[in-house]
Amino acid sequence: MATTPLGNLLMTTVEKAANWSRTRSMWPATFGLACCAIEMMATGAAHHDLARFGMEVFRASPRQADLMIVAGRVSQKMAPVLRQVYDQMPDPKWVISMGACASTGGMFNNYALVQGVDQIVPVDIYVPGCPPGPQSLMHGILTLHDKIMAGEIKR
Amino acid sequence: MGVIREFIKGLRVTGGTMLRTITGEELVTTEYPKEMRQKPPRFHGRHVLNRYPDGMEKCIGCELCAGVCPAKCIFVRGMDNDPENPTSPGERFGFVYEINMLRCIFCALCVEACPTEAITMTHLFEMSTTNREDAIYTRETLLMDEKGGVPHMFPDDELADMDELAVADGWVKATAPSGMASYQGVKMWQGTPGPGDWDPEPGQSELDARSPTEDDDG
Repeated sequence: MATTPLGNLLMTTVEKAANWSRTRSMWPATFGLACCAIEMMATGAAHHDLARFGMEVFRASPRQADLMIVAGRVSQKMAPVLRQVYDQMPDPKWVISMGACASTGGMFNNYALVQGVDQIVPVDIYVPGCPPGPQSLMHGILTLHDKIMAGEIKR
Repeated sequence: MGVIREFIKGLRVTGGTMLRTITGEELVTTEYPKEMRQKPPRFHGRHVLNRYPDGMEKCIGCELCAGVCPAKCIFVRGMDNDPENPTSPGERFGFVYEINMLRCIFCALCVEACPTEAITMTHLFEMSTTNREDAIYTRETLLMDEKGGVPHMFPDDELADMDELAVADGWVKATAPSGMASYQGVKMWQGTPGPGDWDPEPGQSELDARSPTEDDDG
């Protein structure tokens, strides 16, 4: 069925619907580590209102989250914790690396910090800024939406 | 009866606020992709390499920005100008200019250090990428064209707001002679294409006269 033209057409539509529904209710896991978390909270608050994207519930439990926004610098000691939280999240899951420190280590090029969270978890979107403002973060989220809409269902 | 009156009194506040929010009178939310929030004039956004009005590049490749950068995210290499066809008015010009936007902390120390005001900051903030290589901005991306337009990193991005590129950073103004009281209201800068040309810095009395609610918004 899936190999026939009609089947392909049907599956594309299903895929689009599935991707659309994924983008419209991404629940982020709470992973604020530093000052970026303040901007992340501001994004959820009334002035910018993440609820417009169905993302207002920051889940304290990774089991209920689809998206991990790594907001802040990740120390070497925090790295295994971050990986564990990521592993506990159910598929499909995405990661946004928010800010300079999470993405590359920023100005803290020293032994204590992980130089980029992509050394531990696969990162989908990097958001530059120190810290990125709420609008920058929302741009990252919308870029992630685009990425999900363009991609195939893999898992 | 008193209980019911208090109950209604309390609900009037809730209902009134809800009604004013629905009608848009007290709505504070800005719906980001559709409407932009006003940025403060000294917002630190993406960098831009400026040109003189005659199209010459301002950067002389001195590497002071790279030296002062606390995150060490700028890489500059200068090259001698061709005497017949110079790129910048000085001896040398910035042959390689790269900024790793993911390392950058947008402190504008490079803007302060620059002796020729070659590097300034725009109000552009939409720089999210899907990989780390895309975040390294090269000379081609940072340098404004000869008409003063600033190239966008992702011109095909439907979220990109080109108007943001036309607003330059005000940090230079604060550290310029016009930041001094005696230069209040005096325009000290050469007119340059695009983001190089600003209105004079408003005086302190003018800033004081503004209402505080106007200032803290955004």
